[in-house]
Amino acid sequence: MSPKQSLIAPLLLLVLLSLPLAAVASGAAVKLDPAPINLNDKESLQRGARVFVNYCLSCHSASYMRYTRLTDLGLTEAQIKDNLLFAAEKTGETMTIAMRPGDAKQWFGATPPDLTVITRSRGPDWVYTYLRTFYRDDSRPTGWNNLVFDKVGMPHVLHELQGHQVPVMREVTGEDGKPHLVVERLQLAKAGRLTLIEYDAMIGDLVNYMTWMGEPAKAQRMRTGVAVVLFLSLFFVVAFYLKKEFWRDVH
Amino acid sequence: MQRLLEWIDARFPLSATWKAHLSEYYAPKNFNFWYYFGSLALLVLVIQIVTGIFLTMHYKPDANHAFASVEYIMRDVPYGWLIRYAHSTGASAFFIVVYLHMFRALLYGSHRKPRELIWIFGVLIYLALMAEAFFGYLLPWGQMSYWGAQVIVNLFAAIPIIGEDLSIWIRGDYVVSDATLNRFFAFHVIALPLVLLGLVAAHIVALHEVGSNNPDGVEIKKKKDGQGRPLDGIPFHPYYTVKDILGVVVFLIVFTAILFFAPEMGGYFLEANNFIPADPLKTPEHIAPVWYFTPYYAILRAVPPMFGSQFPGVLAMGVAVLIFFFLPWLDRSPVKSIRYRGPKYKIALTLFVIAFIGLGILGILPATSLYTWIARVLTVIYFAFFLLMPWYTRYDSHKPEPERVTAK
Repeated sequence: MSPKQSLIAPLLLLVLLSLPLAAVASGAAVKLDPAPINLNDKESLQRGARVFVNYCLSCHSASYMRYTRLTDLGLTEAQIKDNLLFAAEKTGETMTIAMRPGDAKQWFGATPPDLTVITRSRGPDWVYTYLRTFYRDDSRPTGWNNLVFDKVGMPHVLHELQGHQVPVMREVTGEDGKPHLVVERLQLAKAGRLTLIEYDAMIGDLVNYMTWMGEPAKAQRMRTGVAVVLFLSLFFVVAFYLKKEFWRDVH
Repeated sequence: MQRLLEWIDARFPLSATWKAHLSEYYAPKNFNFWYYFGSLALLVLVIQIVTGIFLTMHYKPDANHAFASVEYIMRDVPYGWLIRYAHSTGASAFFIVVYLHMFRALLYGSHRKPRELIWIFGVLIYLALMAEAFFGYLLPWGQMSYWGAQVIVNLFAAIPIIGEDLSIWIRGDYVVSDATLNRFFAFHVIALPLVLLGLVAAHIVALHEVGSNNPDGVEIKKKKDGQGRPLDGIPFHPYYTVKDILGVVVFLIVFTAILFFAPEMGGYFLEANNFIPADPLKTPEHIAPVWYFTPYYAILRAVPPMFGSQFPGVLAMGVAVLIFFFLPWLDRSPVKSIRYRGPKYKIALTLFVIAFIGLGILGILPATSLYTWIARVLTVIYFAFFLLMPWYTRYDSHKPEPERVTAK
């Protein structure tokens, strides 16, 4: 067995693992904006939690997420109870909503999905881009459409904050050789209460919070991981010399 | 202490077993890197069983509660995330280790006479492992769990005459449903683990009966000292126990690094779509099995339907797995190890590795017409490796095997 041959399998495995699977899975044509994720920024996470319970948690549930877990973000039980507990009685409850799935389906055409782990299926960048690319479209029943989620059932809940965006169209020649109109970019037609920068910052906080909520144990996981790998690395030295010592008499 | 041991030995072969399998089991002294993966597979089996027991304590095999119970484990069970990620990472690690372990056999002829039964038990373990992984993947009840199971069970429906009834019998329903989840849970936590443990025991007993092969592919039992010990053998314990500890530590460093820092492994170990609860009414755009099944999935898709039936593809996929059983009899080379084989086998093995990994990559990607054609070429190479083996191994040149193992 030459060293060259022994390299084949691990190398090809590397090639396999470096393929961008996420890109294959999402199939999105729109370029996603990178979400400003910083799970150590407790203040951003707290602001995001507030936006989440104020705006999202009336139609969407986060039914695997307990309010008490927000203490991980540096909030006290009392703070959670006073400021964030609108849809539940006790902080030990999960973030459920009163709206019945059947009603929701009738009103919106689809049941608003549970958002607990939405950033783990869609990815934070998708959610960040989605929440910033609603635009006016009179052909839709709600009057709204979205760049990354075409024909979305959800109306632009935050339009008072962001304002109204309209699409700037561009003509392109499709694969069939005929001209098609596509959205080139979005333009603000009516200003909202927030400036563009403020709105993006707010959505950034929100998506940051939702990313944290997708896996609240992540910080602990990373910390534990460092300790475990360090311990194993030290143990490797012990194991290495143990083996060497035992094998001294093998020729 | 000595008297206690004597008391036990009079009633149970404790010392004898210890000697036969560890302290006086002579293993060749020239094991290299490729010989770590057997003990590592055993380690991963233990990890899966232990983490599996703890997961079972909190998991609910019920279509209405399964997805939520997994998130409950991830959030509310103390260190539940650790147990769950260890189990999900362990599933992929199992296949990585087993694939490398099988590749070792192809390198050094470990499946050749007199080790055919070890190989057959091994292929049976591989089959049981695939079934175990398939059943287990349904349990989180995400979209990929659901639709992956739907696709695979539908494959059985393609079998002529009995297929339709067979697939209903497997699912216990007309679609994958709560009934399916319950029986898959039963298979996953008790039926297949029992089969696996039995097969692993048989694999090891058979191995210790004939003795281990080695990178030179020569039998160490041919040259013995005055006391009947192989000249090139060393007692498994302590030599290989301490060496395997080293392998275990290196493996655990890689394993825990994935577990703690990248448990989704970019979507390969935990698929993004599986964080969406199963929805029987919403078919995902792109259904791909987990990476360890993708070579066979690519073969399935590469074979075009014939007479309006998907059966040829299903058959090809099944044969692609089962053909491993015949390997000991397909190989006609007078030498076992790749070290003494000629260029024909080396080229064939290289092409096979390329085909296997290539098919694995194509199985993840959507089936465009270009990819389908590449998959067809690789499928032909995959089968040619086995079917032409009796000829290219017989007419290959080879170097003479050494009398004794060559240790560095």
